[in-house]
Amino acid sequence: MTHPVIAAAHERVLPRLTPANRPFWTSGAQGRLTVQHCAACGRWFLPSVDTCDVCGSPPTYDAVGGTGTVFTYTTNQHQFHPAITPPNLIAIVTLDEQDTLRLATNLVNCTENDVTIGMAVRVLFEDHGEVFYPVFTPAGPSR
Amino acid sequence: MTRGPGAGAIVSGLGISAIGRRSGISDVELTAASCRQAIADAGLVAADVDGITSIGDTALSTAARELGIEPAYRGGGMTTGGLLSPVMAAALAVTEGRARHVLVYRTVNMIGGDMTPREPAENTAASEDLSAAMDLTQMMSDVDDLLAADAFSAANWLAMHCRRHMSLYGTTKEQLGWLAINSRRNAALNPLAVYREPMTMEDYLAARMVSSPFGLYDCDAPVDGSIAVVISRPEYAADCPKPPVRVEAIGGASGRGGWFHRPDYPTMASADAAREMWGRTDLTPADIDIAQLYDGFTFLTLAWLEALGICAPGESGPFVEGAHRIALDGDLPLNTYGGQLSAGRMHGYWVLHEACLQLRGEAGERQVRSHPQVAVVAVGGGPIAGSMLLTG
Repeated sequence: MTHPVIAAAHERVLPRLTPANRPFWTSGAQGRLTVQHCAACGRWFLPSVDTCDVCGSPPTYDAVGGTGTVFTYTTNQHQFHPAITPPNLIAIVTLDEQDTLRLATNLVNCTENDVTIGMAVRVLFEDHGEVFYPVFTPAGPSR
Repeated sequence: MTRGPGAGAIVSGLGISAIGRRSGISDVELTAASCRQAIADAGLVAADVDGITSIGDTALSTAARELGIEPAYRGGGMTTGGLLSPVMAAALAVTEGRARHVLVYRTVNMIGGDMTPREPAENTAASEDLSAAMDLTQMMSDVDDLLAADAFSAANWLAMHCRRHMSLYGTTKEQLGWLAINSRRNAALNPLAVYREPMTMEDYLAARMVSSPFGLYDCDAPVDGSIAVVISRPEYAADCPKPPVRVEAIGGASGRGGWFHRPDYPTMASADAAREMWGRTDLTPADIDIAQLYDGFTFLTLAWLEALGICAPGESGPFVEGAHRIALDGDLPLNTYGGQLSAGRMHGYWVLHEACLQLRGEAGERQVRSHPQVAVVAVGGGPIAGSMLLTG
């Protein structure tokens, strides 16, 4: 399953790309979210690792479904950065593949009043050129 | 019980500069004021100081030159003790015989947010300078990911811990408010505090939102100021002119899991620091007479209450409710100087200064009357944590 790509509304302070993190930040170009994965023991990794911390194998990158749940969230109301106009809805999302597989992101197409912890969300990608930044949108009813 | 690292070191001298909002006083002048006061308070002259540690922008060489000293032992920076690392390094140095009297200072000039990057540059790893300065990349491993999500302030990062805690345990905004109100009440009795006017729950709840659920009064107040302490070897206790305050135990944390990858989130590194500290003493949480707990944001104090075992997980909100138990005449007087929320953001060093003043019985109008003998000082948030148990 592939996910939509949307235009970036503003520039982001994006991480420097490295061989270890590049697939995560760029695979959205194909509409897929890919995450480091240990083929040997099945574990997923965020942030990226050099070797699997369970079995020591070198990780590969594999696509995840792109669905998850809201782990926690905040609405920023203070202009901490000149380019980012509040309010902006910041969240930690847990991907469905593993209960500790978390990423920091923004929630779109909703406001804080629509959000609950545990709410189902799915990924969209903001086009930043080489980087396709994963943001999340409500997927449907809470679960 | 084998004594842990740093145990037995004494805090022999205390110094604090003028504290103000945009005071216009230079960091060097503030540093000189707090350091000279601490050295005199310890019954020493500058030449007696043979060690110096600090953290932050005012360099050791600058302070030493200003004081006319050339200490052989120089330490500092951030290690596992978080912001208290320079104090812990000093305690180790004097108990291991590497120095007799170590001057520790922390000077701030309106620093913004306890770990907020200043002006992140576009398309670069914005946390690089910070993590290099902190020496522990593990603590900052996921900061770039937060910045990419337009979460530029520790207010955003820790608001998310707080939100999760509220969801898990039913912690309320009003419970956060009782911490702010308690601090303001204590600040009224502290002549050096920057905000001393009374605050009601209505005032607290009406404040503008910064990052939900944190409003303005959940965030500490940036100030200019400097605090210094002299850490001396145990043998100096007999000659120390002021009642010596003893280091009973220290604890720190590796910062594993960064800001949002700990499996036990919203638990923070504070839990690891507290566990290490309690493993190095026969004292228990029931022995604590007063608590001086970091409050860069209100929620961090709740996190420390639970980390230290003063409250069970999830029970810190009800513990502070009404601000009776934590009042100056309560069971556990908390942030008796007014906290960073109302006294000012001295970045973990006013809690230390206040704990020592209270153990000495020198806290003036805000002195806890029940003669506190055991104080806990705990500093940090997210992956950064250090705690100390002090005895009078």
